[in-house]
Amino acid sequence: MNSNPYIIDNPGGNDFRLNRETLVEPEILVAERERIFDQSWIYAGHESEVPKPGDFQTRNVGGRPVILTRDGDDNVRLFLNTCRHRGAKVCREREGNTKRFYCFYHGWSYGNDGALVAVPGQDAYPDTFDRSELGLQDVPRFENYRGFWFASFNADVEDLEPYLAGAKEYIDLVVDQSPDGRMEIVSGVQEYDIAANWKLLIENSFDDYHLHSTHSTWLEYMKDSGVSIKVPKGLLLPKRGIGRDLGNGHAVIDNVNFRGRPVATWISIYGEEAKPAVEAAKAELVERLGEERAERVANTNRNLFVFPNLMINDGSSVTVRAFWPEEVDRMKVTAWALGPVGESAIMRKVRLDSFLTFYGPGGFATPDDVEALEQVQAGLTSTVKEVPWSVMTRGIAKEGEQLNSDELHLRTFWRRWNTMMTGEPAATEAAQAAE
Amino acid sequence: MTVSREAVEDFLYHEAALLDAWELDAWVDLLCDDAHYLVPPNDTPDGHPDTTLFIIADDMDRIRGRVKRLKSHDAHAEFPPSRTRRLITNVRILAQDDRELTVTANFSVHRFRRDGKGGAYVGKYIYTLRIEGDGFRIAERRAILDAEELGGLGAVSFIL
Repeated sequence: MNSNPYIIDNPGGNDFRLNRETLVEPEILVAERERIFDQSWIYAGHESEVPKPGDFQTRNVGGRPVILTRDGDDNVRLFLNTCRHRGAKVCREREGNTKRFYCFYHGWSYGNDGALVAVPGQDAYPDTFDRSELGLQDVPRFENYRGFWFASFNADVEDLEPYLAGAKEYIDLVVDQSPDGRMEIVSGVQEYDIAANWKLLIENSFDDYHLHSTHSTWLEYMKDSGVSIKVPKGLLLPKRGIGRDLGNGHAVIDNVNFRGRPVATWISIYGEEAKPAVEAAKAELVERLGEERAERVANTNRNLFVFPNLMINDGSSVTVRAFWPEEVDRMKVTAWALGPVGESAIMRKVRLDSFLTFYGPGGFATPDDVEALEQVQAGLTSTVKEVPWSVMTRGIAKEGEQLNSDELHLRTFWRRWNTMMTGEPAATEAAQAAE
Repeated sequence: MTVSREAVEDFLYHEAALLDAWELDAWVDLLCDDAHYLVPPNDTPDGHPDTTLFIIADDMDRIRGRVKRLKSHDAHAEFPPSRTRRLITNVRILAQDDRELTVTANFSVHRFRRDGKGGAYVGKYIYTLRIEGDGFRIAERRAILDAEELGGLGAVSFIL
């Protein structure tokens, strides 16, 4: 690591620079695991993934193998997937339903509430052996906001709701599109690696500056399908959008829709047969939420970043995307589609179809994002001595709101990241101070 | 009329050669006007695209859009285009009538890019082939990947 600071943050002097070594040095990742991932709330899963008692999903959360499950008393639980005896994983399937998690190595078995219920040859243990102390280990903290469950490996972390700060309002907008307030993860998960530092995906997931150059083929496809992509003077996108700091490192781009939304702005690409269903969804929103709130839900697209590694993009579909750094230059990405519980067949079809046009490893946009991030990593890794800084000042001199194509929301992430890594307080921008 | 496996193999090898050569317009000509091209997600290979999030679920409009995109220099994930080599084996005709055949074949599609990138996409095709004159056209091609997750393969940015 060079002796330079991670960021140079001087909004008064219109300067913000990122030390590229933060994307390259393995020792930074070691520190990030300790100071960021072990301190924050980490997205663990959605309540709809374990709808019935005994349902389970196995995955990685905060670098740990975990079992997300619903116990016999209908409580959503998150256990570390490790036997208390020798440590083997007690569940090796991706998902399923069970009353018992069984370690095949020596045969210890656990209930779906984590309790150690059977130990072969228990009589050889001394009297001090207490099964009740040897259940599957819960994560230190596990809380949910509107069906989104988060874990923390820091027992003293602040409660989830104050942690989420301004991000709550944007989760509410996602959930409000469901008539009964319940959303569900749709069947089918996309899991792919990106050979780039994990922080690059945060930037990329809500950076509208790159849309025209990286995604011109997607824009062309939308244009061919009858969507207007004409850009008014002063903007880089067809409609106006802003970047916002939501507190605690969370941030959002909040855009007036131009690209269609299943709930609920129809575009020709959805097909005439879907038009009545999309219009009915809009009418339901107006009826339930009133005209103004319905318009907010149905005609704005919001890419929400929840610090440190969750994106919820509510636009052409709802994408929930979590990512984990396996190495300093490689991350694992998991992406799900989210939709209202009880959605009609045609609306679900439109939702999934619309998802795939842009997103995912076979979409018309995501593969080009992946390519961009891999080219960034490849370009900066061994040139960091000669080219140590990345400039990140778009919008910094503005007095009022900053656009989705400015970089306030990117700087918001980096300021929080820097504070957690160094303990130094973050600078404030005029645009934030004005809010 | 009974269609021979040899005739199906010839057709699939021809398709593979077009795709390896990036002759995408000629490939589109092999498809019916109502064709579908599907790549299910690794965890739900038997899913239906109306209810499961796929990797690719294209109707003919989006297949044409995909080909237009891939022919442009701005499909960055495929520029320069990946080199691919398709090994198609274990071809079986599972069912046929006067109009259509159901065919499966195993595939190993090797993809190469600069700087050592790429990988082997291994799996099984399920085709619905429609009999047209002396030949076939593709009504549906479903490419099912065997890997538990896409992982290091990264993307399915070319025609699998």
